[in-house]
Amino acid sequence: MAVEKMSIAKALNESLRKALEQDPKVLIMGEDVGKLGGVFRITDGLQKDFGEERVIDTPLAESGIVGTAIGLALRGYRPVVEIQFDGFVFPAYDQIVTQLAKMHARALGKVKMPVVVRIPYAGGIGAVEHHSESPEALFAHVPGLKVVSPSNASDAYWMLQQAILSDDPVIFFEPKRRYWDKGEVDTDAIPGELHKARVAREGSDITLAAYGPMVKVCLEAAAAAAEEGKSVEVVDLRSMSPIDFDGLQVSVEKTRRLVVVHEAPVFLGTGAEIAARITERCFYHLEAPVLRVGGFHAPYPPARLEDEYLPGLDRVLDAVDRSLAY
Amino acid sequence: MTVESTAARKPRRSSGTKRAAGAASAAKAPAAKAAATAQNAEPQLVQLLTPEGERVSAADNPDAAEFLSFVEDITTEDLRGLYRDMVLTRRFDGEATALQRQGELGLWASLLGQEAAQIGSGRALRDDDYVFPTYREHGVAWCRGVDPTNLLGMFRGVNHGGWDPNTNNFHLYTIVIGSQTLHATGYAMGVAKDGADSAVIAYFGDGASSQGDVAEAFTFSAVYNSPVVFFCQNNQWAISEPTERQMRVPLYQRAQGFGFPGVRVDGNDVLACLAVTRWALARARAGEGPTLVEAFTYRMGAHTTSDDPTKYRRDEETQAWEAKDPILRLKTYLLASGGADEAFFESLEAESEALGKRVREVVRAMPDPDTMAIFENVYADGHALVDEERAQFAAYLASFEEGH
Repeated sequence: MAVEKMSIAKALNESLRKALEQDPKVLIMGEDVGKLGGVFRITDGLQKDFGEERVIDTPLAESGIVGTAIGLALRGYRPVVEIQFDGFVFPAYDQIVTQLAKMHARALGKVKMPVVVRIPYAGGIGAVEHHSESPEALFAHVPGLKVVSPSNASDAYWMLQQAILSDDPVIFFEPKRRYWDKGEVDTDAIPGELHKARVAREGSDITLAAYGPMVKVCLEAAAAAAEEGKSVEVVDLRSMSPIDFDGLQVSVEKTRRLVVVHEAPVFLGTGAEIAARITERCFYHLEAPVLRVGGFHAPYPPARLEDEYLPGLDRVLDAVDRSLAY
Repeated sequence: MTVESTAARKPRRSSGTKRAAGAASAAKAPAAKAAATAQNAEPQLVQLLTPEGERVSAADNPDAAEFLSFVEDITTEDLRGLYRDMVLTRRFDGEATALQRQGELGLWASLLGQEAAQIGSGRALRDDDYVFPTYREHGVAWCRGVDPTNLLGMFRGVNHGGWDPNTNNFHLYTIVIGSQTLHATGYAMGVAKDGADSAVIAYFGDGASSQGDVAEAFTFSAVYNSPVVFFCQNNQWAISEPTERQMRVPLYQRAQGFGFPGVRVDGNDVLACLAVTRWALARARAGEGPTLVEAFTYRMGAHTTSDDPTKYRRDEETQAWEAKDPILRLKTYLLASGGADEAFFESLEAESEALGKRVREVVRAMPDPDTMAIFENVYADGHALVDEERAQFAAYLASFEEGH
């Protein structure tokens, strides 16, 4: 029996363990990932079992972490680096955008960049500044990068391994407020494609599209709407680059309405791209404009205000009502 | 890999003291020189061939003696080879500058004046060593066996590099200043993990030493004791910014703060550059970690063909450096010592002509890339959006061909 109930954090840990076991070229690198096991314990116990040569505590220097990972990848290794928190990725942004994303193209395909950048991201844990941000659109905008985010334990387990197996650089956003949510993981399953969307709940009146931490909110909204007789379909996008527009289109052509939900600021965010593309693809099917629910064009607020800032059940349901009113 | 204590790897050249007693050292560690106290002071340099073309003997200079041991095997024929490398590199560089002026290249970053630093360090390398250059290492590329015309693609605008770095262990040119020092460090970490005894060399300039990435590369290489040589060509100018705008102490002394040795070498002395780089590479191979080599040299031309050095520096300065020309001093020595005759120089001139002609022909014949190359190699594993946009653009282009 390979089906086990575990938290997202545990699933990520097991996934890294399996990757380290299966390929001696896989390395874990980051601040505090060794003895401490990471500030969220995602790498707990890995250094003990695989040694300091495979699970590497690094100096406190994000550009250095990503820059040396690029060099290790050029040498044939498959580094999985941890950026401690979302807001700390920016010192490494230069290396990610100008080097990691472009190396394959600059070498006319002669070198590959199998580097995974794991980033615990988004809000909801009462943290201080720079610990709650959702910068996924900044990475999805960059050609050469792939960007994904799991919303449940099974995806956490499988998507991380698929990201490590990929010869492209993958920015792997982990929804930190869901780390302790449990779900079933079938470690013998044949996983779905890394960049395919998944229908998390079937419905017929409207589609909610989300990823990472907002999938759970959307599922709760769908359950609440069902009590009012509304049938809400929830699509877990799973990947922000590429986005599975084909999968989303199938859902929208069925329900004829779409609301995109994410924590990141709405302006020029992932939802904007989805609204534009789905409008192009589904113009004659849509009964209402694509609506977006997300963060404001303001710095992520102090923790005491984050419940107001983050899209919750009510804001999602309000958008559902507005869409259905057209 | 264990991290040696700083004491065990006490910096030699930058500390102003003799090397730590008992320090394990496979490569002979040269004795220290008195450090220059200010950036503008006449610098103390490791020099084996004077600007007047005279060899420095062990008797003349005890410090140089320790480096001389690293070029004991260099024959007169080897010296002619180094001379040939410098001459052909200068010719290639001059040809590229001319091609830019003729509109064949969009930009060129000339190495004029830096031939000795590049050929000396480049010829110190073994085939299995790995090079991480900036965008000016045409002489190092030459030493690696990279066809020089390959270097011109990015300057002509037909690619962003385009060669396979693993063919000659010569990485792509990197334009973002200092980024490649981290790639070199990571690569060197991998070399150490593999248990290989090869070394890695990262090239950068004096301006790059102000970049955070270079400081982080020093930090990572020091704490992981990585087999990497940081070869800084201090050519005195970062576009229009003089070294005074980058640092207050001599550059090579920075290594001391990171816990590894730094040494300043006469960057216009090909023999000294060869010796010092060999010494640093030997340290790397022996597991003694990183070294910073500061090659004190001068960029005789512009930063690139886009700037005008007359706006920011004095003629007298350039003229003073002309007297230290790396090629001229070796020619003087070869002639005076009977190491080469006129027939050698004439034959080399003919070879230079042929190289120049070939470079011109290849560049002018270099085709523009296929339009659809825009979509190639963006991802190794493919990407739905790229596929979609490729198909759309192909259909758009086809619509003209069909006469719609």
